[in-house]
Amino acid sequence: MQQGEHITRRELLGWIGKTAGAAAMYRAMTSLSLAAESTFDASYQLSQAPKGSSILILGAGVAGMTAAYELRKAGYKVRILEYNNRAGGRCWTIRGGDTFTELGGATQHCQFEDGGYLNPGPWRIPYHHRAILHYCHKFGVKLEGFVQVNYNAYVHSTQAFGGKPQRYRAIQSDYQGHVGELLSKCIQQGALDQELTSEDAQRLLESLRDWGALDKNQQYKRSLESSLRRGFAVHPGGGLMPEREPSEPLDFSALLESQLWRSIAQGQMDDHQTQIFQPVGGMDGVAKGFERQVKDLITYQAKVTRIQQSDQGVTVTYDDLSSGQSQTAQADYCICTLPLSILSQIPLDAGGPMQAAIRAVPSNAAVKFGLQFKRRFWEQDEAIYGGISYTDLPIRNIAYPNYDFGSSGKGVLLGGYIWGAPNGFEFTSMTPAQRVAKAVEMGAKIHPQYLQEFDNGIAVGWHRVPWSHGCCGVWTQESRAAHYNNLCQIDGRIVLAGEHASYLNAWQEGAILSALDASKRLHQHILASKEAA
Amino acid sequence: MKRISILTIISLGLLSLSMLASARQANTIAEHEPPELSVSFQFEEKTGQALFEGICQGCHMPAGEGAKGAAAYPPLANNPKLAGAAYPVYLVLKGQGGMPAFSRNLNDEQVAEVVNYVRSHFGNQYADKVQATDVAKLR
Repeated sequence: MQQGEHITRRELLGWIGKTAGAAAMYRAMTSLSLAAESTFDASYQLSQAPKGSSILILGAGVAGMTAAYELRKAGYKVRILEYNNRAGGRCWTIRGGDTFTELGGATQHCQFEDGGYLNPGPWRIPYHHRAILHYCHKFGVKLEGFVQVNYNAYVHSTQAFGGKPQRYRAIQSDYQGHVGELLSKCIQQGALDQELTSEDAQRLLESLRDWGALDKNQQYKRSLESSLRRGFAVHPGGGLMPEREPSEPLDFSALLESQLWRSIAQGQMDDHQTQIFQPVGGMDGVAKGFERQVKDLITYQAKVTRIQQSDQGVTVTYDDLSSGQSQTAQADYCICTLPLSILSQIPLDAGGPMQAAIRAVPSNAAVKFGLQFKRRFWEQDEAIYGGISYTDLPIRNIAYPNYDFGSSGKGVLLGGYIWGAPNGFEFTSMTPAQRVAKAVEMGAKIHPQYLQEFDNGIAVGWHRVPWSHGCCGVWTQESRAAHYNNLCQIDGRIVLAGEHASYLNAWQEGAILSALDASKRLHQHILASKEAA
Repeated sequence: MKRISILTIISLGLLSLSMLASARQANTIAEHEPPELSVSFQFEEKTGQALFEGICQGCHMPAGEGAKGAAAYPPLANNPKLAGAAYPVYLVLKGQGGMPAFSRNLNDEQVAEVVNYVRSHFGNQYADKVQATDVAKLR
């Protein structure tokens, strides 16, 4: 673009703000995707459906139930077919007394007590996932805080500091402090004179003292300032208790070599920034909230075996798993939210582009462990209340319960959450008992109490989950360019929805936004078809 | 491949290892050692058996018998579709449907090893071997 012709987004917004006022600017910002992180429209409302029109929805996960809720509200005759005997799909919680049989036949009986649970699938809801939060609020799903960053949790590397876990706050403080000191030196030695005016250099030095907890000489060392960030060697007390003592920062070179700084940026990711939520009592609180609205529409234990369409309508054949009988369901249109790993194996009447798209999106590996311990040693011994520790071990992380803090009973933590290759596949390939044993063995490197306190555990490898055959759709830049639009387009009387038909793969927000968009487009298509007829 | 088979013959250690492997294959699933876990971000398994047990059996099951749920994982055992080696090599590299593509995660040797292993176990008795160079051509 020629100099002078170029108008930046910021300039454009300033101009709109001055001439049209703040409200207009906000709308413009939204359309330029600066202000609103979610494309959710809180005033979403479908107009009146043509009388007698029917829509069959496949899958009672959050996508299917969102579509059912909105389409029924518009006046459609809606029915949902669901494989499981519960709603929610991957929005799922395992508690004491639950049984889970994975593909291959291994059955786990969950023995958690004292309110402990595992969310094998989604476990957190960021504040900017406005669609799912909208429905949570609307359907009375009670939420509580999800602790993403806990400064007192650990970052751990088997290759650094003798394998001794370090506190998150020490690593973050020392990283910022050392970088701040180094950058200060560069400025003071004139190395940045080309880049900075002398005024900016002074301001930057001041900000680095603030950001890095440097002393007045721009140094990061054992001091009151640094200990106020990284913690004291002897913490301040009362009365005649010993005087507080500053702590010694880690050596910069050792810190860089440790790679522990890799874990620090996690909580700064857009998806992980405070505030994050979790439903009280388990993620399936979301599933149950939706199910309360649409339960009367759901046929459970229905295994879809064929999807046919003609000019007249859609016919879906399914096995009633309770009776073993083959049945059919008919409707004018169909929204299919089945995971593509499942749909790709079901005979479906659809054009080549949609068929190719369905087969172009494999399903990812993911594994989670729920481990129950006889006591909450992470709270009692280590003052870790919720949040996540990170490690370079194949378990990758340990996440502590964000509820019932201080409970004297048993406690369930997430003993690892593994995603993709290689360890996601390797853990899936184990028996459930082997997975749990490995998670305990590895977690003990971070918390030695594991060995003494371990009670029981369960492990879910998503490729072995009978009704999803994987955890989520995996797109690449190439497959997205070649197939995404074809996947989302209405094909005759059928449209697909679900997290795989979104840009937010593996997030419930993606599933819901996809369902809202598919429902809206299908509704408009139906209205247009009626008008044309 | 040729080098490995010569080494296998001359090395007593490796011979006993391969005997152990076939003994393990006869055992029930429960007696199997858990697959090794890679410590880097790459699959570190080298032999066909280790690769099968670390990756494939997650879906295709320990005896290659496949599994059925809402959909199915096809059996690799006694599977006539394995008659031509190019087909499994292509599927491992490119994926299809629910099957993930492993071209970014496995090198040519690993793909050849695991395809040769599957084509010569679980009731499959295809004598011809895939070479790493054959895999490279299909990438």
